[in-house]
Amino acid sequence: MAMKRNGGSQLYASILVNAIFAMVNYPVVLISTVLAPFSLLIVITFVSHGTLLPVAIAGALIMTMISAGTSMQQDLSHLKNDFKLQDMIVSSPTSALVYLVGMAISEVVYSIPALAVLIVLAAVYVHATLLGIVAMFFVVLIMFVFAVSLGFVLSTLTSDVVQSWAFAGIVSTILSALPPVYYPITYIPLPWQYLAYLSPATYAAEIMQNTVGLTTFSATTILIDWAVIIAVAAVMTYLAVKKAKWRED
Amino acid sequence: MIGIARLTKRYEDGTKALDGVTLRLDKRITTILGRNGAGKTTLIRIMSTQLLPSSGTVTINGLDVVKDVGMVRDIISSIPQEMKVMGIATPYDHVEMYLNARGIPPDEIGALAEKALKDLELWRVRDKSTADLSGGMRRKVFVAMALASKAEVIFLDEPTTGLDPISRDELWKTLRELKRERFIFLTTHYLQEAEALADKIGILEDGKLKAIGTIDELRAKVRYPYSIKVLSDVRMEKPEKGEIIKGIDGHLQIVTTEAEANRISRKLIDKRVRFSMNPITLEDIFYFIVKKPIEEENYGDEEEWW
Repeated sequence: MAMKRNGGSQLYASILVNAIFAMVNYPVVLISTVLAPFSLLIVITFVSHGTLLPVAIAGALIMTMISAGTSMQQDLSHLKNDFKLQDMIVSSPTSALVYLVGMAISEVVYSIPALAVLIVLAAVYVHATLLGIVAMFFVVLIMFVFAVSLGFVLSTLTSDVVQSWAFAGIVSTILSALPPVYYPITYIPLPWQYLAYLSPATYAAEIMQNTVGLTTFSATTILIDWAVIIAVAAVMTYLAVKKAKWRED
Repeated sequence: MIGIARLTKRYEDGTKALDGVTLRLDKRITTILGRNGAGKTTLIRIMSTQLLPSSGTVTINGLDVVKDVGMVRDIISSIPQEMKVMGIATPYDHVEMYLNARGIPPDEIGALAEKALKDLELWRVRDKSTADLSGGMRRKVFVAMALASKAEVIFLDEPTTGLDPISRDELWKTLRELKRERFIFLTTHYLQEAEALADKIGILEDGKLKAIGTIDELRAKVRYPYSIKVLSDVRMEKPEKGEIIKGIDGHLQIVTTEAEANRISRKLIDKRVRFSMNPITLEDIFYFIVKKPIEEENYGDEEEWW
Protein backbone atom coordinates (compact mmCIF):
# COMPACT_ATOMS: atom_id res chain seq x y z
CA MET A 1 0.00 0.00 0.00
CA ALA A 2 1.29 3.44 -0.94
CA MET A 3 1.60 5.91 1.91
CA LYS A 4 -1.01 8.64 2.18
CA ARG A 5 0.44 11.87 0.86
CA ASN A 6 -0.74 15.44 1.22
CA GLY A 7 -1.56 16.62 -2.32
CA GLY A 8 -1.80 20.24 -1.19
CA SER A 9 1.77 20.09 0.08
CA GLN A 10 2.93 18.65 -3.22
CA LEU A 11 1.31 21.50 -5.16
CA TYR A 12 2.76 24.01 -2.70
CA ALA A 13 6.29 22.66 -3.34
CA SER A 14 6.11 23.79 -6.97
CA ILE A 15 4.74 27.19 -5.95
CA LEU A 16 7.57 27.61 -3.46
CA VAL A 17 10.23 26.71 -5.99
CA ASN A 18 8.90 28.66 -8.92
CA ALA A 19 7.34 31.73 -7.34
CA ILE A 20 7.53 32.28 -3.62
CA PHE A 21 11.29 31.86 -3.09
CA ALA A 22 12.02 34.48 -5.76
CA MET A 23 9.21 36.85 -4.70
CA VAL A 24 10.16 36.74 -1.02
CA ASN A 25 13.95 36.70 -1.34
CA TYR A 26 14.21 39.00 -4.38
CA PRO A 27 11.26 41.45 -4.32
CA VAL A 28 12.61 43.25 -7.41
CA VAL A 29 11.03 40.45 -9.46
CA LEU A 30 7.64 41.85 -8.42
CA ILE A 31 8.38 45.12 -10.25
CA SER A 32 9.49 43.22 -13.33
CA THR A 33 6.36 41.08 -13.40
CA VAL A 34 4.09 44.13 -12.97
CA LEU A 35 5.75 46.01 -15.83
CA ALA A 36 5.89 43.15 -18.35
CA PRO A 37 2.34 43.28 -19.80
CA PHE A 38 2.12 47.07 -19.88
CA SER A 39 4.65 47.97 -22.55
CA LEU A 40 2.41 47.16 -25.53
CA LEU A 41 -0.72 48.29 -23.70
CA ILE A 42 0.76 51.75 -23.21
CA VAL A 43 1.92 52.03 -26.84
CA ILE A 44 -1.47 50.94 -28.24
CA THR A 45 -3.35 53.27 -25.90
CA PHE A 46 -1.25 56.31 -26.85
CA VAL A 47 -1.27 55.58 -30.59
CA SER A 48 -5.05 55.12 -30.59
CA HIS A 49 -5.60 58.25 -28.43
CA GLY A 50 -7.19 56.04 -25.81
CA THR A 51 -9.88 54.50 -28.01
CA LEU A 52 -8.28 51.05 -27.85
CA LEU A 53 -7.64 51.12 -24.10
CA PRO A 54 -10.45 48.64 -23.20
CA VAL A 55 -9.41 46.14 -25.84
CA ALA A 56 -5.74 46.61 -24.95
CA ILE A 57 -6.55 45.82 -21.30
CA ALA A 58 -8.42 42.68 -22.36
CA GLY A 59 -5.50 41.81 -24.64
CA ALA A 60 -3.02 42.37 -21.83
CA LEU A 61 -5.01 39.96 -19.65
CA ILE A 62 -4.77 37.29 -22.36
CA MET A 63 -1.09 37.95 -22.93
CA THR A 64 -0.28 37.90 -19.21
CA MET A 65 -1.78 34.46 -18.90
CA ILE A 66 -0.20 33.18 -22.13
CA SER A 67 3.17 34.57 -21.06
CA ALA A 68 2.71 32.96 -17.64
CA GLY A 69 2.02 29.64 -19.35
CA THR A 70 4.85 29.82 -21.82
CA SER A 71 7.25 31.01 -19.11
CA MET A 72 6.68 27.64 -17.57
CA GLN A 73 8.54 26.09 -20.48
CA GLN A 74 11.71 27.98 -19.57
CA ASP A 75 11.19 27.55 -15.84
CA LEU A 76 10.72 23.81 -16.13
CA SER A 77 13.67 23.51 -18.47
CA HIS A 78 15.78 25.51 -16.02
CA LEU A 79 14.76 23.30 -13.09
CA LYS A 80 15.23 20.12 -15.12
CA ASN A 81 18.44 20.82 -17.01
CA ASP A 82 20.31 23.34 -14.85
CA PHE A 83 19.34 22.39 -11.31
CA LYS A 84 18.49 18.71 -12.01
CA LEU A 85 15.62 19.23 -9.61
CA GLN A 86 13.10 17.46 -11.82
CA ASP A 87 15.02 14.17 -11.60
CA MET A 88 14.88 14.38 -7.82
CA ILE A 89 11.15 15.10 -7.98
CA VAL A 90 10.53 12.23 -10.44
CA SER A 91 12.02 9.86 -7.84
CA SER A 92 9.64 11.19 -5.20
CA PRO A 93 5.93 10.47 -4.67
CA THR A 94 4.98 13.56 -6.73
CA SER A 95 3.21 12.64 -10.00
CA ALA A 96 3.72 14.40 -13.33
CA LEU A 97 0.20 15.83 -13.14
CA VAL A 98 0.65 17.24 -9.64
CA TYR A 99 3.98 18.75 -10.67
CA LEU A 100 2.41 20.28 -13.80
CA VAL A 101 -0.57 21.74 -11.93
CA GLY A 102 1.67 23.04 -9.14
CA MET A 103 4.00 24.71 -11.62
CA ALA A 104 1.02 26.19 -13.48
CA ILE A 105 -0.35 27.66 -10.26
CA SER A 106 3.11 29.01 -9.46
CA GLU A 107 3.10 30.92 -12.75
CA VAL A 108 -0.25 32.49 -11.80
CA VAL A 109 1.10 33.35 -8.36
CA TYR A 110 4.09 34.97 -10.03
CA SER A 111 1.72 37.01 -12.23
CA ILE A 112 -0.52 38.14 -9.38
CA PRO A 113 0.93 41.70 -9.21
CA ALA A 114 0.34 42.27 -12.94
CA LEU A 115 -3.07 40.62 -12.85
CA ALA A 116 -4.11 42.76 -9.89
CA VAL A 117 -3.28 45.98 -11.74
CA LEU A 118 -4.98 44.77 -14.93
CA ILE A 119 -8.13 43.72 -13.07
CA VAL A 120 -8.35 47.17 -11.47
CA LEU A 121 -7.92 48.80 -14.89
CA ALA A 122 -10.52 46.45 -16.38
CA ALA A 123 -12.98 47.33 -13.62
CA VAL A 124 -12.57 51.03 -14.46
CA TYR A 125 -12.29 51.05 -18.26
CA VAL A 126 -13.88 47.85 -19.57
CA HIS A 127 -17.64 47.93 -19.55
CA ALA A 128 -18.95 44.43 -19.90
CA THR A 129 -22.04 42.57 -18.76
CA LEU A 130 -21.79 39.90 -16.09
CA LEU A 131 -21.98 37.29 -18.84
CA GLY A 132 -19.19 39.15 -20.65
CA ILE A 133 -17.00 39.07 -17.53
CA VAL A 134 -17.61 35.34 -17.16
CA ALA A 135 -16.72 34.87 -20.86
CA MET A 136 -13.50 36.88 -20.43
CA PHE A 137 -12.57 34.82 -17.38
CA PHE A 138 -12.98 31.55 -19.28
CA VAL A 139 -11.11 32.81 -22.34
CA VAL A 140 -8.18 33.79 -20.15
CA LEU A 141 -8.35 30.48 -18.26
CA ILE A 142 -8.50 28.36 -21.44
CA MET A 143 -5.58 30.21 -22.99
CA PHE A 144 -3.62 29.70 -19.79
CA VAL A 145 -4.33 25.95 -19.81
CA PHE A 146 -3.22 25.81 -23.45
CA ALA A 147 -0.04 27.77 -22.76
CA VAL A 148 1.04 25.81 -19.68
CA SER A 149 0.41 22.50 -21.42
CA LEU A 150 2.43 23.65 -24.42
CA GLY A 151 5.17 24.85 -22.06
CA PHE A 152 5.25 21.52 -20.24
CA VAL A 153 5.45 19.46 -23.44
CA LEU A 154 8.23 21.64 -24.84
CA SER A 155 10.19 21.56 -21.59
CA THR A 156 10.25 17.77 -21.58
CA LEU A 157 11.81 17.81 -25.05
CA THR A 158 14.73 20.00 -24.09
CA SER A 159 18.03 18.77 -22.76
CA ASP A 160 19.64 22.19 -22.54
CA VAL A 161 18.34 25.59 -21.53
CA VAL A 162 19.52 27.01 -24.89
CA GLN A 163 16.90 24.82 -26.59
CA SER A 164 14.25 26.29 -24.31
CA TRP A 165 15.29 29.81 -25.36
CA ALA A 166 14.82 28.79 -28.99
CA PHE A 167 11.37 27.34 -28.28
CA ALA A 168 10.50 30.50 -26.32
CA GLY A 169 11.32 32.69 -29.33
CA ILE A 170 9.17 30.60 -31.69
CA VAL A 171 6.25 30.33 -29.26
CA SER A 172 6.40 34.03 -28.47
CA THR A 173 6.18 34.93 -32.17
CA ILE A 174 3.24 32.60 -32.79
CA LEU A 175 1.31 33.53 -29.66
CA SER A 176 2.24 37.18 -29.13
CA ALA A 177 3.48 38.91 -32.28
CA LEU A 178 1.22 37.23 -34.84
CA PRO A 179 -2.26 37.55 -33.28
CA PRO A 180 -4.09 40.89 -33.00
CA VAL A 181 -4.58 40.70 -29.26
CA TYR A 182 -4.18 44.38 -28.45
CA TYR A 183 -6.15 45.72 -31.45
CA PRO A 184 -8.92 44.48 -33.81
CA ILE A 185 -8.04 41.96 -36.49
CA THR A 186 -9.49 44.36 -39.08
CA TYR A 187 -6.40 46.53 -38.55
CA ILE A 188 -4.32 43.81 -40.24
CA PRO A 189 -4.19 43.83 -44.07
CA LEU A 190 -6.24 40.98 -45.51
CA PRO A 191 -3.61 38.48 -46.69
CA TRP A 192 -1.92 38.69 -43.29
CA GLN A 193 -5.18 38.10 -41.43
CA TYR A 194 -5.11 34.47 -42.58
CA LEU A 195 -1.68 34.11 -41.02
CA ALA A 196 -3.01 35.53 -37.76
CA TYR A 197 -5.61 32.78 -37.65
CA LEU A 198 -2.81 30.24 -37.27
CA SER A 199 -2.49 31.38 -33.69
CA PRO A 200 -5.04 30.29 -31.05
CA ALA A 201 -4.58 33.70 -29.41
CA THR A 202 -6.40 35.32 -32.37
CA TYR A 203 -9.58 33.36 -31.63
CA ALA A 204 -9.33 34.30 -27.96
CA ALA A 205 -8.84 37.94 -28.89
CA GLU A 206 -11.95 37.93 -31.09
CA ILE A 207 -14.08 36.72 -28.19
CA MET A 208 -12.58 39.34 -25.89
CA GLN A 209 -13.04 42.16 -28.42
CA ASN A 210 -16.62 41.08 -29.05
CA THR A 211 -17.23 41.05 -25.30
CA VAL A 212 -15.88 44.57 -24.69
CA GLY A 213 -17.92 45.82 -27.66
CA LEU A 214 -15.03 47.05 -29.78
CA THR A 215 -15.76 44.79 -32.73
CA THR A 216 -18.91 42.82 -33.42
CA PHE A 217 -18.56 39.34 -34.79
CA SER A 218 -21.36 37.01 -35.87
CA ALA A 219 -22.59 34.40 -33.41
CA THR A 220 -21.18 31.70 -35.70
CA THR A 221 -17.73 33.29 -35.64
CA ILE A 222 -17.78 33.50 -31.85
CA LEU A 223 -18.93 29.89 -31.59
CA ILE A 224 -16.09 28.81 -33.87
CA ASP A 225 -13.67 30.88 -31.76
CA TRP A 226 -14.79 29.06 -28.60
CA ALA A 227 -14.57 25.71 -30.32
CA VAL A 228 -11.04 26.40 -31.55
CA ILE A 229 -9.61 27.57 -28.24
CA ILE A 230 -11.27 24.74 -26.30
CA ALA A 231 -10.03 22.18 -28.85
CA VAL A 232 -6.41 23.38 -28.90
CA ALA A 233 -6.33 23.57 -25.11
CA ALA A 234 -7.78 20.04 -24.84
CA VAL A 235 -5.33 18.61 -27.37
CA MET A 236 -2.36 20.30 -25.72
CA THR A 237 -3.44 19.15 -22.24
CA TYR A 238 -3.78 15.61 -23.56
CA LEU A 239 -0.29 15.79 -25.01
CA ALA A 240 1.08 17.22 -21.77
CA VAL A 241 -0.38 14.46 -19.65
CA LYS A 242 0.17 11.51 -22.02
CA LYS A 243 3.17 12.39 -24.09
CA ALA A 244 5.35 14.25 -21.63
CA LYS A 245 8.50 12.38 -20.66
CA TRP A 246 8.25 12.14 -16.89
CA ARG A 247 10.01 8.81 -16.58
CA GLU A 248 12.31 8.44 -19.54
CA ASP A 249 12.38 5.37 -21.72
CA MET B 1 17.48 -4.94 0.32
CA ILE B 2 18.00 -4.29 -3.38
CA GLY B 3 17.86 -7.04 -5.99
CA ILE B 4 18.84 -6.56 -9.61
CA ALA B 5 18.35 -9.37 -12.12
CA ARG B 6 19.67 -9.45 -15.72
CA LEU B 7 19.24 -5.69 -16.05
CA THR B 8 19.82 -4.37 -19.55
CA LYS B 9 19.44 -0.91 -20.97
CA ARG B 10 19.76 -0.13 -24.65
CA TYR B 11 19.15 3.47 -25.73
CA GLU B 12 17.36 4.45 -28.93
CA ASP B 13 20.67 5.14 -30.68
CA GLY B 14 21.69 1.53 -30.07
CA THR B 15 24.10 2.21 -27.20
CA LYS B 16 24.04 -0.64 -24.72
CA ALA B 17 24.58 1.09 -21.39
CA LEU B 18 23.86 -1.92 -19.17
CA ASP B 19 24.36 -5.52 -20.14
CA GLY B 20 22.80 -8.16 -17.94
CA VAL B 21 23.68 -6.68 -14.54
CA THR B 22 22.73 -8.95 -11.67
CA LEU B 23 23.41 -8.24 -8.03
CA ARG B 24 21.93 -8.39 -4.57
CA LEU B 25 22.65 -5.69 -1.99
CA ASP B 26 22.14 -5.85 1.72
CA LYS B 27 24.89 -3.62 3.06
CA ARG B 28 24.31 -0.15 4.42
CA ILE B 29 26.50 1.66 1.89
CA THR B 30 27.07 0.16 -1.50
CA THR B 31 29.25 1.90 -4.03
CA ILE B 32 29.30 1.26 -7.73
CA LEU B 33 32.66 2.15 -9.10
CA GLY B 34 33.35 2.71 -12.75
CA ARG B 35 34.92 4.96 -15.30
CA ASN B 36 32.96 7.68 -17.11
CA GLY B 37 30.54 5.96 -19.46
CA ALA B 38 30.66 2.65 -17.60
CA GLY B 39 26.88 2.74 -17.02
CA LYS B 40 26.77 3.99 -13.42
CA THR B 41 24.31 6.83 -13.99
CA THR B 42 22.06 4.65 -16.15
CA LEU B 43 21.99 2.06 -13.38
CA ILE B 44 21.17 4.55 -10.63
CA ARG B 45 18.51 6.26 -12.78
CA ILE B 46 16.76 2.96 -13.40
CA MET B 47 16.96 2.03 -9.71
CA SER B 48 15.58 5.41 -8.67
CA THR B 49 12.64 5.16 -11.14
CA GLN B 50 13.78 7.93 -13.49
CA LEU B 51 14.50 5.65 -16.41
CA LEU B 52 12.84 2.48 -17.69
CA PRO B 53 15.02 -0.59 -18.26
CA SER B 54 15.03 -2.41 -21.59
CA SER B 55 14.81 -5.74 -19.79
CA GLY B 56 15.46 -7.29 -16.40
CA THR B 57 14.15 -6.33 -12.99
CA VAL B 58 15.08 -4.18 -10.02
CA THR B 59 13.41 -4.65 -6.66
CA ILE B 60 13.79 -2.48 -3.58
CA ASN B 61 12.55 -4.05 -0.35
CA GLY B 62 10.61 -6.50 -2.53
CA LEU B 63 8.96 -3.77 -4.64
CA ASP B 64 9.49 -3.74 -8.40
CA VAL B 65 10.69 -0.33 -9.65
CA VAL B 66 8.53 -0.64 -12.78
CA LYS B 67 5.37 -2.36 -11.54
CA ASP B 68 5.25 -0.85 -8.03
CA VAL B 69 6.67 2.54 -8.93
CA GLY B 70 4.35 4.50 -6.61
CA MET B 71 5.30 2.49 -3.56
CA VAL B 72 9.00 2.51 -4.51
CA ARG B 73 8.97 6.30 -4.71
CA ASP B 74 7.55 6.42 -1.19
CA ILE B 75 10.68 4.78 0.21
CA ILE B 76 13.48 6.20 -1.93
CA SER B 77 15.18 9.52 -2.41
CA SER B 78 17.60 10.30 -5.20
CA ILE B 79 20.20 13.02 -5.53
CA PRO B 80 21.16 13.31 -9.20
CA GLN B 81 24.64 13.88 -10.54
CA GLU B 82 25.57 17.57 -10.87
CA MET B 83 22.48 18.74 -9.01
CA LYS B 84 22.73 22.41 -8.12
CA VAL B 85 21.31 24.43 -5.27
CA MET B 86 18.91 27.26 -6.06
CA GLY B 87 20.67 30.49 -5.19
CA ILE B 88 17.33 32.19 -4.55
CA ALA B 89 16.61 29.81 -1.69
CA THR B 90 18.12 29.03 1.72
CA PRO B 91 19.02 25.55 3.03
CA TYR B 92 15.78 25.57 5.03
CA ASP B 93 13.83 26.51 1.87
CA HIS B 94 15.34 23.54 0.00
CA VAL B 95 14.39 21.05 2.70
CA GLU B 96 10.94 22.57 3.14
CA MET B 97 10.28 22.44 -0.60
CA TYR B 98 11.40 18.82 -0.90
CA LEU B 99 9.34 17.64 2.05
CA ASN B 100 6.31 19.36 0.52
CA ALA B 101 7.02 17.68 -2.81
CA ARG B 102 6.99 14.32 -1.03
CA GLY B 103 3.55 15.14 0.35
CA ILE B 104 4.59 15.24 3.98
CA PRO B 105 1.88 16.96 6.06
CA PRO B 106 2.68 20.65 6.73
CA ASP B 107 2.60 20.27 10.52
CA GLU B 108 5.49 17.75 10.37
CA ILE B 109 7.71 19.65 7.99
CA GLY B 110 9.21 22.17 10.42
CA ALA B 111 10.39 19.54 12.90
CA LEU B 112 11.77 17.21 10.22
CA ALA B 113 13.63 20.05 8.49
CA GLU B 114 15.08 21.29 11.77
CA LYS B 115 16.30 17.84 12.80
CA ALA B 116 17.94 17.13 9.42
CA LEU B 117 19.62 20.53 9.27
CA LYS B 118 20.87 20.17 12.85
CA ASP B 119 22.12 16.62 12.23
CA LEU B 120 24.13 17.87 9.28
CA GLU B 121 25.36 21.00 11.07
CA LEU B 122 23.51 23.25 8.64
CA TRP B 123 21.14 24.78 11.17
CA ARG B 124 23.33 27.85 11.78
CA VAL B 125 23.24 28.68 8.05
CA ARG B 126 19.61 27.72 7.52
CA ASP B 127 18.59 31.26 6.50
CA LYS B 128 21.63 32.06 4.37
CA SER B 129 21.38 32.05 0.60
CA THR B 130 22.76 28.75 -0.66
CA ALA B 131 24.69 30.79 -3.22
CA ASP B 132 26.91 31.91 -0.31
CA LEU B 133 27.70 28.40 0.94
CA SER B 134 30.82 26.35 0.19
CA GLY B 135 30.65 23.45 -2.28
CA GLY B 136 30.62 20.90 0.54
CA MET B 137 27.85 22.71 2.41
CA ARG B 138 25.76 22.85 -0.76
CA ARG B 139 26.04 19.10 -1.23
CA LYS B 140 25.09 18.65 2.40
CA VAL B 141 21.91 20.61 1.68
CA PHE B 142 20.90 17.86 -0.77
CA VAL B 143 21.73 15.19 1.78
CA ALA B 144 19.62 17.11 4.31
CA MET B 145 16.71 17.03 1.85
CA ALA B 146 17.01 13.26 1.50
CA LEU B 147 17.62 12.74 5.22
CA ALA B 148 14.59 14.79 6.27
CA SER B 149 12.36 12.86 3.87
CA LYS B 150 12.54 9.67 5.96
CA ALA B 151 13.30 7.74 2.76
CA GLU B 152 14.68 4.30 3.58
CA VAL B 153 16.96 4.12 0.55
CA ILE B 154 19.03 7.07 -0.67
CA PHE B 155 20.66 7.14 -4.11
CA LEU B 156 23.59 9.47 -4.70
CA ASP B 157 25.07 9.77 -8.16
CA GLU B 158 28.71 10.87 -7.94
CA PRO B 159 28.07 13.06 -4.90
CA THR B 160 31.59 14.43 -4.49
CA THR B 161 32.50 15.22 -8.08
CA GLY B 162 34.16 18.62 -8.20
CA LEU B 163 34.51 19.01 -4.43
CA ASP B 164 37.78 20.01 -2.81
CA PRO B 165 39.32 17.45 -0.38
CA ILE B 166 38.03 19.20 2.75
CA SER B 167 34.46 19.45 1.45
CA ARG B 168 34.67 15.84 0.29
CA ASP B 169 35.82 14.68 3.75
CA GLU B 170 32.92 16.59 5.33
CA LEU B 171 30.45 14.85 3.07
CA TRP B 172 32.00 11.44 3.70
CA LYS B 173 31.63 11.98 7.43
CA THR B 174 27.98 12.83 6.90
CA LEU B 175 27.36 9.75 4.78
CA ARG B 176 29.05 7.47 7.31
CA GLU B 177 26.70 8.76 9.97
CA LEU B 178 23.71 8.51 7.67
CA LYS B 179 24.30 4.82 6.95
CA ARG B 180 23.41 3.96 10.53
CA GLU B 181 19.76 4.57 9.77
CA ARG B 182 19.47 4.45 5.97
CA PHE B 183 20.52 2.25 3.08
CA ILE B 184 22.81 4.27 0.81
CA PHE B 185 23.63 3.45 -2.78
CA LEU B 186 26.16 5.68 -4.47
CA THR B 187 28.15 5.76 -7.65
CA THR B 188 31.60 7.19 -7.97
CA HIS B 189 34.63 7.13 -10.16
CA TYR B 190 36.86 7.92 -7.19
CA LEU B 191 38.49 4.76 -5.89
CA GLN B 192 39.42 6.46 -2.66
CA GLU B 193 35.78 7.36 -2.07
CA ALA B 194 34.62 3.79 -2.55
CA GLU B 195 37.33 2.51 -0.22
CA ALA B 196 36.58 5.14 2.43
CA LEU B 197 32.81 4.74 2.45
CA ALA B 198 31.52 1.48 1.14
CA ASP B 199 30.65 -1.73 2.93
CA LYS B 200 30.26 -3.30 -0.48
CA ILE B 201 31.80 -2.23 -3.78
CA GLY B 202 30.68 -3.13 -7.27
CA ILE B 203 32.84 -2.56 -10.31
CA LEU B 204 31.03 -1.67 -13.52
CA GLU B 205 32.78 -1.59 -16.87
CA ASP B 206 31.17 -1.26 -20.31
CA GLY B 207 27.74 -1.86 -18.78
CA LYS B 208 28.79 -5.15 -17.18
CA LEU B 209 29.21 -5.81 -13.50
CA LYS B 210 32.75 -7.15 -13.33
CA ALA B 211 32.83 -7.81 -9.59
CA ILE B 212 31.06 -7.05 -6.36
CA GLY B 213 31.96 -7.62 -2.75
CA THR B 214 33.58 -6.18 0.32
CA ILE B 215 37.04 -4.73 -0.12
CA ASP B 216 38.52 -7.96 1.24
CA GLU B 217 36.47 -10.06 -1.16
CA LEU B 218 37.63 -7.93 -4.07
CA ARG B 219 41.21 -8.10 -2.84
CA ALA B 220 40.95 -11.89 -2.83
CA LYS B 221 40.07 -11.80 -6.55
CA VAL B 222 43.49 -10.38 -7.37
CA ARG B 223 45.23 -13.21 -5.48
CA TYR B 224 48.46 -11.22 -5.27
CA PRO B 225 49.20 -8.94 -2.30
CA TYR B 226 51.76 -6.57 -3.87
CA SER B 227 51.81 -4.11 -6.71
CA ILE B 228 54.83 -2.65 -8.48
CA LYS B 229 54.22 0.39 -10.63
CA VAL B 230 56.94 0.84 -13.25
CA LEU B 231 57.43 4.54 -13.89
CA SER B 232 60.03 4.29 -16.66
CA ASP B 233 59.12 3.23 -20.17
CA VAL B 234 60.83 -0.13 -20.45
CA ARG B 235 60.25 -3.51 -21.96
CA MET B 236 59.25 -6.17 -19.49
CA GLU B 237 58.72 -9.89 -19.41
CA LYS B 238 55.92 -11.65 -17.64
CA PRO B 239 56.76 -12.21 -13.95
CA GLU B 240 57.23 -15.76 -12.70
CA LYS B 241 54.17 -15.29 -10.49
CA GLY B 242 51.60 -12.55 -11.05
CA GLU B 243 50.27 -10.45 -13.90
CA ILE B 244 51.02 -7.26 -15.75
CA ILE B 245 48.24 -4.71 -16.11
CA LYS B 246 47.99 -1.14 -17.39
CA GLY B 247 47.38 1.36 -14.58
CA ILE B 248 45.41 4.59 -14.40
CA ASP B 249 48.20 6.73 -15.86
CA GLY B 250 49.18 4.26 -18.56
CA HIS B 251 52.15 2.89 -16.62
CA LEU B 252 52.61 -0.82 -16.47
CA GLN B 253 51.88 -2.45 -13.16
CA ILE B 254 52.89 -5.84 -11.87
CA VAL B 255 50.68 -7.52 -9.29
CA THR B 256 52.52 -10.35 -7.68
CA THR B 257 53.52 -12.26 -4.57
CA GLU B 258 55.71 -10.76 -1.85
CA ALA B 259 58.75 -12.88 -2.82
CA GLU B 260 58.40 -12.11 -6.51
CA ALA B 261 57.87 -8.42 -5.74
CA ASN B 262 61.16 -8.41 -3.82
CA ARG B 263 62.98 -10.19 -6.64
CA ILE B 264 61.62 -7.84 -9.31
CA SER B 265 62.30 -4.72 -7.25
CA ARG B 266 65.95 -5.75 -6.76
CA LYS B 267 66.28 -6.13 -10.54
CA LEU B 268 64.63 -2.77 -11.12
CA ILE B 269 67.04 -1.12 -8.69
CA ASP B 270 70.00 -2.74 -10.46
CA LYS B 271 68.74 -1.45 -13.80
CA ARG B 272 68.03 2.04 -12.35
CA VAL B 273 64.38 1.85 -13.38
CA ARG B 274 62.02 4.18 -11.52
CA PHE B 275 59.24 2.29 -9.76
CA SER B 276 57.09 2.18 -6.64
CA MET B 277 56.07 -0.90 -4.65
CA ASN B 278 53.03 -1.05 -2.37
CA PRO B 279 50.60 -3.48 -0.81
CA ILE B 280 47.70 -3.77 -3.22
CA THR B 281 45.11 -0.94 -3.12
CA LEU B 282 41.58 -0.64 -4.45
CA GLU B 283 43.05 1.18 -7.41
CA ASP B 284 45.15 -1.87 -8.27
CA ILE B 285 42.17 -4.15 -7.76
CA PHE B 286 40.02 -1.95 -10.00
CA TYR B 287 42.53 -1.98 -12.82
CA PHE B 288 43.16 -5.67 -12.38
CA ILE B 289 39.43 -6.40 -12.67
CA VAL B 290 38.67 -4.08 -15.60
CA LYS B 291 42.00 -4.71 -17.28
CA LYS B 292 42.19 -5.16 -21.01
CA PRO B 293 44.48 -7.95 -22.22
CA ILE B 294 48.01 -6.61 -22.64
CA GLU B 295 49.90 -8.38 -25.36
CA GLU B 296 53.42 -9.32 -24.42
CA GLU B 297 54.93 -7.31 -27.25
CA ASN B 298 53.23 -4.20 -25.91
CA TYR B 299 54.68 -4.36 -22.43
CA GLY B 300 57.12 -1.66 -23.40
CA ASP B 301 59.20 -0.79 -26.38
CA GLU B 302 62.01 1.63 -25.62
CA GLU B 303 64.53 -0.28 -23.62
CA GLU B 304 64.77 -3.92 -22.83
CA TRP B 305 65.75 -4.32 -19.19
CA TRP B 306 65.49 -8.02 -18.53
